[in-house]
This record gives sequence, C-alpha cells and structure tokens, in this order.
Amino acid sequence: MKKSIAIIAAAVLAMGALTACGSKAEETTAAAATTAAATEAAAETETEAETEAAEELSGAVATDGSTSMESVIGILGESFMQLHPDVTFTYNPTGSGSGITAVQEGRCDIGLSSRALKDEETAGGLKGETVALDGIAIIVNNENPVTDLSLDQIAQIYKGEITNWSEVGGNDEEIVLIGREAGSGTRDGFESITGTEDLCQYRQELTSTGDVITTVSQNPAAIGYASLASVSDQTKTLTVDGVEPTEDTVRDGSYKIQRPFVLVTKDGEALSAQAQAFYDYAMSSDVADLIAQAGAVAIH
Amino acid sequence: MNRHKIESVVKFIFLILGLVTIACVLLITVYLVIAGIPAIREIGIIDFLFGTKWASTAAEPQFGILPFILTSIYGTAGAIVIGVPIGFMTAVFTAKVAPRKIRMAIEEAVSLLAGIPSVVYGLVGMLILVPGIRDLFDIPDGASLFAAIIVLAIMILPSIINVSLTALEAVPKEYEEASLALGATEIETYFRVSVPAAKSGIAAAVVLGVGRAIGEAMAVMMVSGNAPNMPDSLFQSVRFLTTAVASEMSYSSGLQRQALFSIALVLFLFIMMINALLNFLMKRDKEG
Repeated sequence: MKKSIAIIAAAVLAMGALTACGSKAEETTAAAATTAAATEAAAETETEAETEAAEELSGAVATDGSTSMESVIGILGESFMQLHPDVTFTYNPTGSGSGITAVQEGRCDIGLSSRALKDEETAGGLKGETVALDGIAIIVNNENPVTDLSLDQIAQIYKGEITNWSEVGGNDEEIVLIGREAGSGTRDGFESITGTEDLCQYRQELTSTGDVITTVSQNPAAIGYASLASVSDQTKTLTVDGVEPTEDTVRDGSYKIQRPFVLVTKDGEALSAQAQAFYDYAMSSDVADLIAQAGAVAIH
Repeated sequence: MNRHKIESVVKFIFLILGLVTIACVLLITVYLVIAGIPAIREIGIIDFLFGTKWASTAAEPQFGILPFILTSIYGTAGAIVIGVPIGFMTAVFTAKVAPRKIRMAIEEAVSLLAGIPSVVYGLVGMLILVPGIRDLFDIPDGASLFAAIIVLAIMILPSIINVSLTALEAVPKEYEEASLALGATEIETYFRVSVPAAKSGIAAAVVLGVGRAIGEAMAVMMVSGNAPNMPDSLFQSVRFLTTAVASEMSYSSGLQRQALFSIALVLFLFIMMINALLNFLMKRDKEG
C-alpha cells in the first residue's frame, strides 16, 4: 500500500513539472481574454455617464506589427475601448516587418513598427508617424569605475570583441554580459540599435528587467541593458557617447540607444472613422501618462 | 437496503474521482504529443535532438536542443552525485544511530526543507550562492551549471532521506539482532546487513531524486545563467530542458513556440522513463 502511494506520488510530482509548462501557453490567451472582458465590463459601467459626451463610434480597429510595442499599444487600446465601448480594438503581434506589409496589403488599419520606415516603404505609399520613443539604458554595477561608453564600444563588448573592462578604462576584470531572453522586445531593440543581432555572446539570458537589474547589482563585472523607465540607483546607468539617458535626451534624439514606435498608415487614404479616432487619440497629449506607464517616452 | 444504496453511491463517487486523475494524465499526454510533434517534423528529428545550436529568434533560426538535453543530464547526475551520499548517510544516521531527540530534530528539518518553494531556493541561490561561487573560484560570473547542481542537490535531499528512511525502517529487527549476536559492531551491522536489505528502497529514493531534479525549473532558471551553451565546463552558463521552455514561452510565436512544446515532449519522455524505472524497482522490491 505504502509503495503504491509512493508510485502515485512520484507520478504526480513528475506531472506537476509538466503541467506547469503546458498551462503557461494557455494562460497567456486566457489572460488576454479576461483583460478584454474586464475592459468591456469597465467600459459598460462608464457608458451611461458619458453617452452624450463622445459621438458613437463602432466597428473594429485592427493593428498589426511590432511585438516590442505590446505594452504601449495594449494600454492605449484598452483605454480607447473604455472611451468607445462599441469599438473592438485588436492587436496582432507579428513583428514590425509583417505589420508594415499588412498595412500595405490592407489587412489592418494601422501598422506598428518599432523602427523608422525605410525609403522604399515610404515610396511605396506608406506614411509613418512616431507615437512614442523607447529608450534603453546601459547599466553596470555601482562599484564599476567606468561611466561612459561609446555606441561602438557597447557593440564590441556585446559581440565579444572587447572582453576586459581595462580595455575601456575600467578594472582588470572580464566583462560579464547580461541580456534578455530571445523574443524580448528590449533585447530586440538593443540588438537592432547596436547592430549586434544574433551576435551577442551573452553570459546570462534573464527573463525580466528586474532580474537583469538584480544580477548586475550583484556582480561588479557585469553589464546589462534595461528599459529606461525601470532603472534605479541599485545599478549605475552609463552615459553613451557622453549623453546621459533621460526623457529629455531621448526626446531630442541626443541619446543614441533609442528607437521610435511608429504608427504606419497608407498615405492619402482615409482611415475608417474609428481607426482615425484611435490614431488621433494615440497622438494626442492626453495619453502621455499612459505611455510613460508602459515604459516608453511620450513625445506629444 | 438503504445502507447498501449509500455504499454503492459512495463507490461510484470514488470511481469518478479516480477517473478524473486518469483523465488529467491522458489529456496532458495527448496534448503534449499533438503540440510537440509538428515542430519536430518541421525541424527534423535529428536536427532537433542532436543540433548543438539554439537560436530561436535569429534571422535563420536554429533549433538544436542537444545542449539542453546534456545540461539536464549532467545537472541531474551532478545533483545525484552530491545529494545521494549526503541524503543516504543522513537516513542511515537518523534511522539507526541518532538518539531520539536528534532524530526528531532531523525529521523536522527535512520536512521543512521539503516545504520550501523552489522560487525561494532560486532566490537564495541567486543572492548568496552565485556571488559566492564567483568569489570562491575567481571566475567572472557565478551563474553556472555548478550553481544549479548545488541547488538541485539540496532540493532532492528531502525525497532521498524520506524514502531511504522508510526503506531502512522496514528491515526486520531480527536481521540486525542476528548480526549483532554474531559479534558484528553496530556500524558493521548497519552497512553490511540493514543497507543491503533495504537496497531496492534506497534505489527507488535515488530515482525519485532524479525525477525531482530533472523536472525542476524555477530554481535552476535563477542560478544557471540560461545561455544556450553546450555544457563543456562546470562553470559555464547553461540552459536546462525545463528552463528552455519556461524562459522563452512568454513572448514566443510560430515555430519557436511549437519547438518549445517539442522540448516539453522530450522532457515528458524522460520523466516517463524515470517513472518506469521507479515502478520496476518498487515491483522488484515487493517480490524479493
């Protein structure tokens, strides 16, 4: 009897490990569904109060593109649906390239790109307008004497061409590269700005900004990157080419490790009333707080 | 009459509850197989299982999971090499040598150890063990296979101690008394008589430890560095099968996500094998 219990216990333990992995995927979709439901519910309660205020918009606004823009576009979409409860807002996270193609082919209203449009794309009849900026801070341990790196040095460090802090004016210590996991928007942003896509020799790949900051704060030889909004005095933020990353330097473009979040539409073609309303809403100064909340720098 | 009715109703309820468990197992198995097969077919089973490079979001993605498989095997083996001697000796000491008070203290400590959530092991590992290893071995970064092995070794201790303890206690007193009567010392008796008599129970303890170690995700994710390197050295940053699934799942899409399910399937097969081995050992124990 005892043994059969032990066998069952072992099986359950083993299963437990797997269910944890399996259910995560479903949770993501379930969570998305609940958020949508919750927003709708919240919106419904508000409708009575403001039926007169907004003119009645209905229909769907479809957006498609950059996965890095998930948090910004998610928060804008949710608040927009609260204002206009009859509008369904959808976001398809496919990547900047696919989003731009989707607008061109008319498969969505607004494309989302986390890079500026290329010349051939604007020549092909597309128009891009920046909705927010994403600044990425380079962080090192507080004990590290290095205070400034050039963009080029950062790229060389992450590619493994510079491996010792003494080469960039620091202590004689091997540089420990801390990064994010594959698929992370911050990683994608950092690697595309520094031109190190698929070349980074990471020592650690961590799954959250908080983990990156903790790890860098623990290791005097570590360097990492994190969204500008989340850095604190736990670590030291480096200046890049002599420019300190702040909202202002990101906004005026002098801080280099940044990229635009762009809304892409067809030039000269009118959007549907609801899509135009969302576009104007996203570009208005009312949403500056929401954008900051999502970790980006608002520009309007 | 009425009592019989209640009896059959209760039996029926128990049957349903039993079936729920079986249904869960079946559901997970079927789902994992269905979700895991497409990516393996697309990547090719040889490239998937024996490919040495994992770059799931690169311009030309590569999905080789050999580094994860080897890391899981090495990590588990390392945890067993460190954890089993400690756990086994603790069990022998607790079952046979320790005075009553010390025995109770050990049992309390072991059950407390078993109850600590794995994220706590990970956190302590991240804040104390990883910097400690860095300083002790004078290496650039302490997050490594070695750190994961230490954490896993501690995590499997409770299962090893508890199951070995049960096995040692089941050894008939007469065996030991006979040995003592023939002039053997106490320690000789424990290691020459009690331990061999309990050996399949102890083997089961080891297999249970393997199962726990290979399935652990959270704690190792926080101390192993998580870079998809081949585990060439103890002090390298590595990724386990479990952490490969857990770390990329949240932002994954397309083939990358399917490949993560395939990794879960591989892990599942490993655990099935371990359970089969465990069943075999238990059965042999019952017959012998």
